[in-house]
Amino acid sequence: MIDSVQALAIFESMLLIRRFEETVIDLWATVETESHRHVYIGQEAVGATIMELLREDDLILTTHRNHGHVLARGADPGRALAEILGRANGFNKGRGGSAGLTVREAGFLATTGQVGGGIGLGIGAAQAQKIRGRGGICVTFFGDGGLEEGIGFEAMNIAALYRLPVLLVCENNSVGVTTGRAQNEWSSSSMAAETLGDIPRALGIATEVVAGESVTDVHEAASRLIGDLREGRAPAFIEMRTRRWPGSRSFNPQLVTGVTNLDDIWEPVSVTGEYSDWINRYDPVIGYGRDLFRQGRVSRSEIVAMNERVGRTVEAAREFALASPLPSAESGLAGTFA
Amino acid sequence: MQQTERQISLKAAVIEAIAEEFRRDPETFYIGEDVGVAEGIFKQTQGLHAEFGDRRVIDTPISEAGMFGLTVGAAVAGMRPIVEIMFSDFLTLVMDQLVNHAAKIHYLSGGGFRVPLVLRTAIGVGGVLGSTHSQTLYAWPAHVPGLKLAAPSTPADAKGLMTAAIRDDNPVLYFEDRMTYNLKGPVPEGEHIVELGVADIKRKGSDVTLIAFSRMVHVALEAADALAAKGISAEVVDPRSIVPLDTETLIDSVARTGRAVVIDGGHELYGIGAEVAATVAEGAFDYLDAPVMRIGAPHNPVPCSKPLEAMMVPSADQVVAKVERMYG
Repeated sequence: MIDSVQALAIFESMLLIRRFEETVIDLWATVETESHRHVYIGQEAVGATIMELLREDDLILTTHRNHGHVLARGADPGRALAEILGRANGFNKGRGGSAGLTVREAGFLATTGQVGGGIGLGIGAAQAQKIRGRGGICVTFFGDGGLEEGIGFEAMNIAALYRLPVLLVCENNSVGVTTGRAQNEWSSSSMAAETLGDIPRALGIATEVVAGESVTDVHEAASRLIGDLREGRAPAFIEMRTRRWPGSRSFNPQLVTGVTNLDDIWEPVSVTGEYSDWINRYDPVIGYGRDLFRQGRVSRSEIVAMNERVGRTVEAAREFALASPLPSAESGLAGTFA
Repeated sequence: MQQTERQISLKAAVIEAIAEEFRRDPETFYIGEDVGVAEGIFKQTQGLHAEFGDRRVIDTPISEAGMFGLTVGAAVAGMRPIVEIMFSDFLTLVMDQLVNHAAKIHYLSGGGFRVPLVLRTAIGVGGVLGSTHSQTLYAWPAHVPGLKLAAPSTPADAKGLMTAAIRDDNPVLYFEDRMTYNLKGPVPEGEHIVELGVADIKRKGSDVTLIAFSRMVHVALEAADALAAKGISAEVVDPRSIVPLDTETLIDSVARTGRAVVIDGGHELYGIGAEVAATVAEGAFDYLDAPVMRIGAPHNPVPCSKPLEAMMVPSADQVVAKVERMYG
């Protein structure tokens, strides 16, 4: 059982990610219509819970779908949003953008849109942690598509051979695991393996499959495996299965499920419409809110207060980002080399 | 009285640089295929495993992309790894990690991240190794912003450039022509640094500048001897680094001599010779008495059979012939 302080911290982190991503989508509809962005809606339980379990000296690899990871790790939402909008005050001076947002001081080692690339980099971070011998680990987040590139195999083999302290978190946000293209959706993973975990399992890597929309399940598996890693039983692989959020589009995510209505937590019967099944069964924010509410660990007024607090944070981030200037073209000429 | 300097091989000089830096900096390690107990296929890591052990001299599976990904990740995490890619031919296997990660992480982060690694690899034709173990592929990474490239021609430069490469905060690709491994020369004992981006004039001359990289420096020196016998005084300039390129020294030399030939062991077409020729042609245009010329390998894969592979290596005769053409 997750203690209540940690549970509420995870829930608030999830809510922050949700409100932030809703703002990202809104800004793209109104302010910045170019570029691409990959939002974390539907996967909040994974990032928020795992970040809560990490130490300050742990290292993290993330992907183009990084916003949730960055926020859950405590990075400033204003500078994150400024980066997403390509502004000079962004964490990376506007050079990384949405898909490249990365925050050194929050423990991120890199953010890469090469879908399998982080798996390779992560074993290096884990090698550094192992050599330093202070119990630090590396957590590498990647999507199901990341296993379709060859480097994942090489890196997992090396990680297993060297017993590297890396937690491989495969965020499978697709509808079907091995079904190819889901109906009316962007392509899902295309692996010949029966399950994604078969691949690391063949290399002797401890492997788990977890319902990624469940904070409780994510917490149970991740806390156990992270403990194993710190004690030298390494590496480990978790497949986090989440149900693809219906608004997901790489270049143009649509808020088809609407701005999340927290009334859905205490009034489940009020959820109606085309996407009610996703909201009732797979929305991690609503789902975990209901768990905590039913368990009496949080009251309606506390959730409302939390929502207002998060709302103020995101509004401040939005104002900061929009007030941040665009970088000058000349600024881009500096800094090719360290 | 002049002290006699000790003479060691280029290979030994590189190993000496690595060992000295490993003693100095515990955050360094060496990783590659057969680099540990086996000490490398050319004995190019001799003694390292014996001194530094399994934790710092690490054998990998035949997984270039994986080991290079590991290297980049460890470098960003603050270590100073050296990764060995056995032949530059195998750079093809690490390209995504090299081009899209190692080269860009510093810039795209806005400067917060550093990637201090050395990629050590062998180039050059010789020994009948065939088309996929004989290529000189440094022109590929040279095109990518964010990567530095060094290519030593002498044992002393090899030591100094390797030391500088290990200490550099950027990814540095270090190319050794394996046919120069046993070349001997004087090498300073103790700390010896050759700054990246600083060319060296290997022979002074006044009539023509021969700009040559790595092993081709020795071809150029041989050609300079032959030209001297014909009354032509050739200056031989060794850029030593491909990126950054010491354009000032190159242009200054060509401005003095009025003629230049660039000699490169890689393929001539779209190679670094073209880049260097264009650079000196632009920079020394007012002083040129003849077009800047290039010599490189022909535009075919490196064939295996001995007489076939021999024609892939630029020769002193070719250099002499090019220079004589400049005098019409």
